[in-house]
Amino acid sequence: MTVISVVDVKKSFGKTEVLKGISLNIKKNEVVSIIGPSGSGKSTLLRSMIKLEEINSGSIIIDGEALVENGKYAKPQNVKNMIAKMGMVFQHFNLFPHLTVRENLEIAPNMAKMGTKAEIRQRSEALLAKVGLRDWMDAFPGNLSGGQKQRVAIARALMMEPEILLFDEPTSALDPELTVEVLQVMKELAKEKMTMIVVTHEMGFAKEVSTKSIFMDQGEVVEEGKPDQLFTSPQHERTKAFLKRNLK
Amino acid sequence: MSLDYIMTLLKPMLEGAQITVLLFIIAIIASIPLGFLLTLAARSKIKPLSWFAHTYIYVMRGTPLLLQLLFICFGLPMLPVVGEYLVLDRFVAAALGFILNYAAYFAEIFRGGLISIDKGQYEAAHVLGLNRWQTMTRIIIPQMIRVALPAIANESITLVKDTALLYAVAVPELLHFAQTAVNRDFTIMPFFLAGIIYLLMTLVLSFIFKWIERRFRYA
Repeated sequence: MTVISVVDVKKSFGKTEVLKGISLNIKKNEVVSIIGPSGSGKSTLLRSMIKLEEINSGSIIIDGEALVENGKYAKPQNVKNMIAKMGMVFQHFNLFPHLTVRENLEIAPNMAKMGTKAEIRQRSEALLAKVGLRDWMDAFPGNLSGGQKQRVAIARALMMEPEILLFDEPTSALDPELTVEVLQVMKELAKEKMTMIVVTHEMGFAKEVSTKSIFMDQGEVVEEGKPDQLFTSPQHERTKAFLKRNLK
Repeated sequence: MSLDYIMTLLKPMLEGAQITVLLFIIAIIASIPLGFLLTLAARSKIKPLSWFAHTYIYVMRGTPLLLQLLFICFGLPMLPVVGEYLVLDRFVAAALGFILNYAAYFAEIFRGGLISIDKGQYEAAHVLGLNRWQTMTRIIIPQMIRVALPAIANESITLVKDTALLYAVAVPELLHFAQTAVNRDFTIMPFFLAGIIYLLMTLVLSFIFKWIERRFRYA
């Protein structure tokens, strides 16, 4: 079942066209890695799916409903409902520094009245335990390491019970020894069949964990396929050159 | 210089200080929210609103507070046609002047606070489904206040001292009574007393802001 469908999406920042007619389909339970050089438009594409960027033309269909159809966005209430199906994890975590770890997790579900305070609290404790941060509930984000912050951010996204999780370079701001703990959490989510779209420079993760890889360059999807194929026998010169540079 | 003499001086001066404190409280309570509204207006996408806010801030910061007070107390009633309806009680007029003036300064302070907040905060709020109001009240404003607090404290202390400008529009406040006593008794003692009273007021205010800053501190 297709959960996100992107059709001929174009997007420009000023005169620079960063997405030049992207089309792709993402199925339920897939873990899709989007790789490509800096400036290839992969983050912009991901951000467009959750309306952090507005596209100029094309369509994005979330779970059968048009977030944007031929460049025209749905009504705000419908947009809100579609966004609620997705969670997002950012490169720079974007935790709320004035709230404790627990409050970071609970604020959005409380605002959305997703349950009683007690239910939400129980859920936040369970999710923090899941990412191994149960003991850090009352800490402020400023006291956590980067890896811990990103795990909190993942738990925060999970609090909203999303059907799809979007990751925008989740380990790019981390020291190499801290990426492991974040990737570990993501691997577990993959095992639980969470649908994930991951923009990443982490070739190892793309290769081992994702069920589909998409290679983007200069605002286009150059090649997509099963990671084994894409990584071992890329079809396009641009993919080959990129992998040669990035695979050790 | 007997203690009795100091006590007779103190009585009217403390009464004057009450006016000072009252003006301070009115001005701060009204100008902080008004300043925040001005900040929002200045950042608004509605061009006339933003233009108005910027002009307002420019005029209020670019002219002396004393001039503004004189204008409201003595200038407004001289306007043709509407002037006769604009004769305000001196204290009310002065309070209005302080509010309008300080709102402009607070607006600039809040603007600085808002600029300091990373756009990732808005993005995180967006993907978590918070609406604009929730984003502002729960995420942005608490962080903005923390950034702005030292500047707000500074501005508030200036406000305490600026209340002495009431002297110029003949509202009897602390400084007025000190000056009267100096002229009458030919001694500078009342000035010292006035200075001490101002120092005590700003000292208390500093402690209050230190306390608030501690409450808003996070790791």
